[in-house]
Amino acid sequence: MPDLALDAGVGELKFRDPARARAFTDALAGLCRDIGRARISVMHVCGSHEQSIAKYGLRAVLPKPLNVIMGPGCPVCVTDTPEVDEAVVLAEDGRRIATYGDMVRVPGTVKSLADVQAEGARIDVVYSAAQAVELARDTTEEVVFFASGFETTAVATAAVILDHPPANFSVLSAHKYIPPVMEIVAEMPDTKVEGFLAAGHAATITGSAVFDRFVERHKLPVVVAGFEPLDVLAGLVKLVELIRDGLPAVANMYPRCVTPEGNRAAQAQLWRVFRTMGGRWRGIAHVPNGNLRLRDEFAHVDTRRRFKIDLRRLWQHAPSGLTQVCVCGDIMAGIASPGNCPLFGKECVPDSPVGACMVSSEGTCRIWHQYGGHPEL
Amino acid sequence: MTTVPGTAPMQGERIGLKHGAGGRAMRRLITETLARGLLTPMQNGIGLAAMDDGAAIPLGDAWLVVTTDSHVVHPVFFPGGDIGRLAISGTVNDLAMMGATEPLGLTSAVIVEEGYRTVDLERIQRSMVEACHEAGATIVTGDTKVMGRGELDGVVINTTGVGLAQRVVPDAGLRAGDRIILTGSVGDHGIALMARRHGLELDADLVSDVAPLNALVRRALFAVDLGITAMKDPTRGGLASALHEMAEKSSVGMVIHEPAVPMKPAVRAAAEVLGLDPLQIANEGKAVIGVRPEAAAAVLAACRAHPLGREAAVIGECISEHPGRVILDTGIGRRLLVEAEGELLPRIC
Repeated sequence: MPDLALDAGVGELKFRDPARARAFTDALAGLCRDIGRARISVMHVCGSHEQSIAKYGLRAVLPKPLNVIMGPGCPVCVTDTPEVDEAVVLAEDGRRIATYGDMVRVPGTVKSLADVQAEGARIDVVYSAAQAVELARDTTEEVVFFASGFETTAVATAAVILDHPPANFSVLSAHKYIPPVMEIVAEMPDTKVEGFLAAGHAATITGSAVFDRFVERHKLPVVVAGFEPLDVLAGLVKLVELIRDGLPAVANMYPRCVTPEGNRAAQAQLWRVFRTMGGRWRGIAHVPNGNLRLRDEFAHVDTRRRFKIDLRRLWQHAPSGLTQVCVCGDIMAGIASPGNCPLFGKECVPDSPVGACMVSSEGTCRIWHQYGGHPEL
Repeated sequence: MTTVPGTAPMQGERIGLKHGAGGRAMRRLITETLARGLLTPMQNGIGLAAMDDGAAIPLGDAWLVVTTDSHVVHPVFFPGGDIGRLAISGTVNDLAMMGATEPLGLTSAVIVEEGYRTVDLERIQRSMVEACHEAGATIVTGDTKVMGRGELDGVVINTTGVGLAQRVVPDAGLRAGDRIILTGSVGDHGIALMARRHGLELDADLVSDVAPLNALVRRALFAVDLGITAMKDPTRGGLASALHEMAEKSSVGMVIHEPAVPMKPAVRAAAEVLGLDPLQIANEGKAVIGVRPEAAAAVLAACRAHPLGREAAVIGECISEHPGRVILDTGIGRRLLVEAEGELLPRIC
C-alpha cells in the first residue's frame, strides 16, 4: 500500500477521483489474490457507507471474493417494534410526538406513527433535537421527542436535555450504542465476518480508540472510514490488508475528522445524560448495553417515567402475516441480502414498507431499491 | 397475496401524486384504468397503445402528428419561465420528438380560478406569444373556463398540437450499438423550481431550461438521412425515466457514462443539498436522441450548432445485453439507474 501514499496522503484525497478509485480497486484485487480464499467477508455498520457504496456502484468493481456486508448500521431499522408501539400508544393518548422523518413510517406491532397520524394524532417531523424543544416552547401541550439514532445523534439529545428544556418536553429514547452490537455480530456463527469498517462520523465523537477492546477480544481488525467513495475504498484496502497480514488492529483512515480519543466534551455530555442498558434490536438479538436510556437524574425528562405506557392493548393484535416473511433481521446480521427476500420490490416498496429496512434512507433495502441493488453488471 | 408491481389491480386504491409523476405508477394508471379498452394498436400508425409522446396518423405520403398536454406548474412564475412558456414548449417539443418539427397549429384551453389576477394572466399570455414566436407556431383555437374559488389552484393550461412529419421518429427504435445524445445539461427545470420553493440561496444560478426545441431537432434530423432511431424529451421523471422507457420499448440495454452527462455545478450542488438525483429531475428544454453510431458525430455537431444544444454530448450507448435496463457507469463503479419512485416534486409541468 505505500505505493498509493495512503498513510501519508489520506488527508488530501480527492474524494471522487476515478483514477485513484481504480488504483484502490487494483490494490484490493492484489490483496485478495494474496489471501487466496474464495470468500473474504467484511462488514460495515453504517447506512451512509451503504449509500456511498450503492450510489457509486462500488460493488460492481470490487474483487469477486470480497463480500462487503451492511450490518446493523441503520438506527431506524433496529428500533424495536415495542419502541414504536410506545410512541404509537402515547400518540393515541393525545401526546404530541416529535420525531425524525423516517421514524414516522416504521411499522409497529399493528400500526406506525403514520397510521395514527392518519387517524388524527399529532405527529411532527423534526430535523433536530433542538427543533423538538422549540416545538415544546411554542405550546402548552405535552411534547414527546421520540429520539432515535446512534451515539452521534444521542449527543444532540443529551445537549438539549442538559439545556433546561421546558416542563412539557420529554424524551422517549430509542437511541442505540454501536460498539456492543459489533460484539454480537462478531459472535454470530453464520456471519463469518473477518473485519469491520467503522463509521467515521460516530468515531468523531467516540474516538477510534473505542474499538481497541473489541479488537483485543475478538481478534478482528477495525478500520474507521469516511463516506466519500474513495474514503470507503481506502478503508477497504486498509481492512483487507490487515486481514491478509493477520493483524487485528484498529486503523483510522479518516484522520481528517477522527482522533483516537474523540470529542471528550461530547462524550462527557452523552454519558452524563445516558447510561447503557440491554435491549432488543429489531431483527438482531438482545444486545447487552446496546440501548441508551436516561439516567435517574433526568427522570423528569424521561417519557417512560413521566407517563404510564400501556402496550397491552396493541399486543392483543397479531402482527401481519407479511411481517413474518420479512428477513430484515438476517439482512442486518449479514446472513441475507435484500435479493433473498420474497417481499423485496414486490409487497415491500418504499411507498408501503413491510420491514424497517425499506423505510429509512439508511436501510439496506431502501438503498438497494433506490440504486438498483447488486446485479451482475 | 402474490402481486407484482405493474400487474396489481388498482381497485380500492386512491390516486396519489405518484400517479402523475411520469414513472411506473403513472404508466400503470394509464394502461390499467384510463386507457383500458383503448389500447388496441393502430393498424397503420402510432396510437395510444404505443404510449409515445403523441400519435401519428397516416395522411397521404406523410404523417399527421397529434399531441396534448395539460400544465399545472407551481409556482406559476419561476426562474426562467412560467406556465405560459411551458404550455407552448411542452406541446411543441412533444410534436418535435415524433419528428414533426413544424407545428401546423396549437390549441390552448385555459381554466382559471375565480379571483385570479388579470395582470398575471396577461403576463402568462405574453409568454405564450413569445414562445409561439420562437417555435414558429400559431394558436389556432382555444377555450376558456372559470371555476369557483378553491375549486382549482390558480390556473391550468391545456395545449394540443398538430404537425406533419415526413418520417415519424418513435421512442422505441433503438438498436444495440446506437449512441445516446443528450442536448444539454440535466435537472435545470426541476431544481430551479425546487430551489424557488425552498428559498435556496443558490437561486441566481438556477434557471429553468423551458424552451421549444423544434428548431434544434429539425437541424439534427436534417443532418443525417436515417441515422436517428429514437427521440424523447426527458420531462417528468427526468433522464432516468426517459432512458428507461426508450430501453424498455426498444428491448435494448443501455450504458450511461455519468461523468459525460452535462450538469451545471449549481444544479449538482443544489441536488446534493436537497438529497435529489439530478438524473431523476425534470427537464423542459432537452432531448434525448438515439443515433446509429456512424451518424453520431454529424448529429452531435448539428445539435451543438444550435444555441440550445451547445452543451450536447454523447452520454452512452445501447447494448444487446440487459434489455430494458439502464446501467450507470459512475466513473468509479457501475450500478443500475432506476426510475424515481413516487413524487419527487409535485406540480412541476
